[in-house]
Amino acid sequence: MNWRHKDLLEISQLDPDEIAHIFETAARFAEVNQRPIKKVPILKGKSVVLFFAEASTRTKTSFDMAGKRLSADTFSLTKSGSSLQKGESLKDTALTLQAMNPDAIVIRHWDSGAARFLAERLDCSIINAGDGWHAHPTQALLDGFTLHQVWGSFAGKTVCILGDVAHSRVARSDVELLTMLGARVRICAPRTLLPAMVQTWPVEVFSDVAKACEGVDAVICLRLQLERQQAGLLPDLREYACTYGLSPRHLEKAKADVKIMHPGPMNRGLEIASELADCGASLVLDQVASGVAVRMTLLHLYLTRARISA
Amino acid sequence: MAHVDFFIRNVSWQDRTCDLLIGEGRVLELAEAGTVAAPQGASGTEIFDAAGLTLLPSLIDAHVHLREPGQEYKEDIASGLSAAAGGGFGQVMAMANTSPVNDNASVTRFMLQKAAESFAHGPWVRPVGALTVGLLGKELAAAGELARAGCVALSNDGLPVENTELFRRAMEYAADFGLKVIDHCEDPWLGKGGVMNEGEVSSRLGLKGIPTVSEAMQVARDILLASYLDLPIHLAHISCRQSVELIAGAKERGVKVTAETCPHYLLWDESRVEGYDTSVRVNPPLRTRDDVLALRQAVRTGVIDILVTDHAPHAAHEKEVTFADAPSGISGLDTALSLTYELVRSGELEFADISRLWCWNTAAIFGLPANRMQPGDPADFVLFDPDLAWVATAGALLSKGKNTPCLDKEIPGRVMAHFLGGRAVFSRLEAITLKRP
Repeated sequence: MNWRHKDLLEISQLDPDEIAHIFETAARFAEVNQRPIKKVPILKGKSVVLFFAEASTRTKTSFDMAGKRLSADTFSLTKSGSSLQKGESLKDTALTLQAMNPDAIVIRHWDSGAARFLAERLDCSIINAGDGWHAHPTQALLDGFTLHQVWGSFAGKTVCILGDVAHSRVARSDVELLTMLGARVRICAPRTLLPAMVQTWPVEVFSDVAKACEGVDAVICLRLQLERQQAGLLPDLREYACTYGLSPRHLEKAKADVKIMHPGPMNRGLEIASELADCGASLVLDQVASGVAVRMTLLHLYLTRARISA
Repeated sequence: MAHVDFFIRNVSWQDRTCDLLIGEGRVLELAEAGTVAAPQGASGTEIFDAAGLTLLPSLIDAHVHLREPGQEYKEDIASGLSAAAGGGFGQVMAMANTSPVNDNASVTRFMLQKAAESFAHGPWVRPVGALTVGLLGKELAAAGELARAGCVALSNDGLPVENTELFRRAMEYAADFGLKVIDHCEDPWLGKGGVMNEGEVSSRLGLKGIPTVSEAMQVARDILLASYLDLPIHLAHISCRQSVELIAGAKERGVKVTAETCPHYLLWDESRVEGYDTSVRVNPPLRTRDDVLALRQAVRTGVIDILVTDHAPHAAHEKEVTFADAPSGISGLDTALSLTYELVRSGELEFADISRLWCWNTAAIFGLPANRMQPGDPADFVLFDPDLAWVATAGALLSKGKNTPCLDKEIPGRVMAHFLGGRAVFSRLEAITLKRP
């Protein structure tokens, strides 16, 4: 069968077989990334626009590097460098880009649904690199791939997602992916940072970090946006760090080989103790490396609609 | 006997086939078909066989946004009244959030003059004045001046007054001029920044929610004030079960509270936002299925007194943005009767409820004239074809606002002719000619 999707908007568009295929392919690209010459001609002549209306370092660089390693031409566009800054509508910016006939647009935008908005209007592939609080499917895929590289299988594994789940697109996509692959998922946050009707999510909910970490195989820390304090959702940052920041004492009852992850950028000492970010259990830099391989895979699949094994 | 201008035969009225005599702008007689004596030898009487059509009193919409002055590209008074005429509405209460705001007599008079220029014989604009100057919630607007200029009620609508003391004084002051206060119930803090109902769907879509308690808390405040002051209050576009329960309890205790909701809250729930469809972005937002069921029950039992459209036209480019960026509102005048009829067809409402919810109760609440089909009543009526389905294409909608979830969908029942003061102001029937200036 051919890759059936035009766009990647959220994890729920994929099925477990497709995710397995992404992981297998990403493993091969990860090998390419270890070679002295890290370039293959798969996407030669293809053009990819990196349209980042919201600030990003690692995701944008990761896509840029992924595209270039596949020999695609990548073009960057940011809000400050685009007519969005002058008040142009997203639709007009998108149509302008479309007129230049790219093969894919990788979009990050502050509004939930922005990637879908483009996908419904443009012929080229749209890859969602984060839309509002809604979804960050490529981050979830790289998180999943990173854990898959360590574990091989998600059966019997328990993952705790810790921090501001309510405002996190990473958390939403991670929950979808991890549960689809068979892991049990816990989320832990102060009640003010839990999504409404969280009881309908396929997760166990905790407010005590140590309890949430009991017996877990991995903890994914989320970045705390500092403006949450101004928004009245938190008393102060010290209180948050002392109560909800992941520290070694929280992991005393976790599995002995527990893994620690963070999508970055990290506020060290706030949502994660610095020594945990750097310890042997940390997969934070593996996530970054996996990101390039996963994004190479996605660009390859979506731009070529490559045949995959049935 | 008065001269008979129209003799409308075989029209369906309350499950009977009737004949209707109209003369000098009023209903002369409405009775079982065949029992009304046809005018003999009178010249100038138009006779129309309305077999298959149903008679309704001309409808009143107590909540519309006509956008003029200030945002004529979305709608102007002429286009808004055109949609009203075609949708079966003889009177529309126009909210004050124009630019400039309708907080003084000159704006009120301007609106009435524009209406008279475009539709000299109706539909009629019934302006709703601002409750506070500039809708800013700081100082009371001049209710006396607004009443004398023609305003029929006062409201801050989409910008509810946060200062409870000021709101109390506004209710008291408005009462001196016989003006009801209409309140958009929304706690300004609980709903701040929200774009849809807070719940499972908003969490999944990553959209900031507006909780039902944001509305219900303000409903409770208004009920407490109305009770304490023994003054009437009218609650706008109620959207949730909690509010309904509060209103029901208040009515039982004799509080002078009346309430409205819109067809869209009776038909659709928050799941319509899936896919980020901006045509269903509305404030208050579409709520849960449970809220929809509670509202239907409240409308059937009279806890909710009337239906309104909250007609909120927007230009196409304004809605073709991301969900969070889109303005709130559905364009409603063209489709309201069809959507209400959809509720009748599905058994949620009786056909007779249409007259009650869209005309008689509205007239009673705001002191407006209405046709009860009694001899001497103003001959304001609609001939409605319940069997004619139509597709709400952009071209078929008379409002400039095409922002409706019904766009390009088939909806049931259509206004075929609309009479005001015995004069046809709108007609889709060849045999009935328009009398326009």
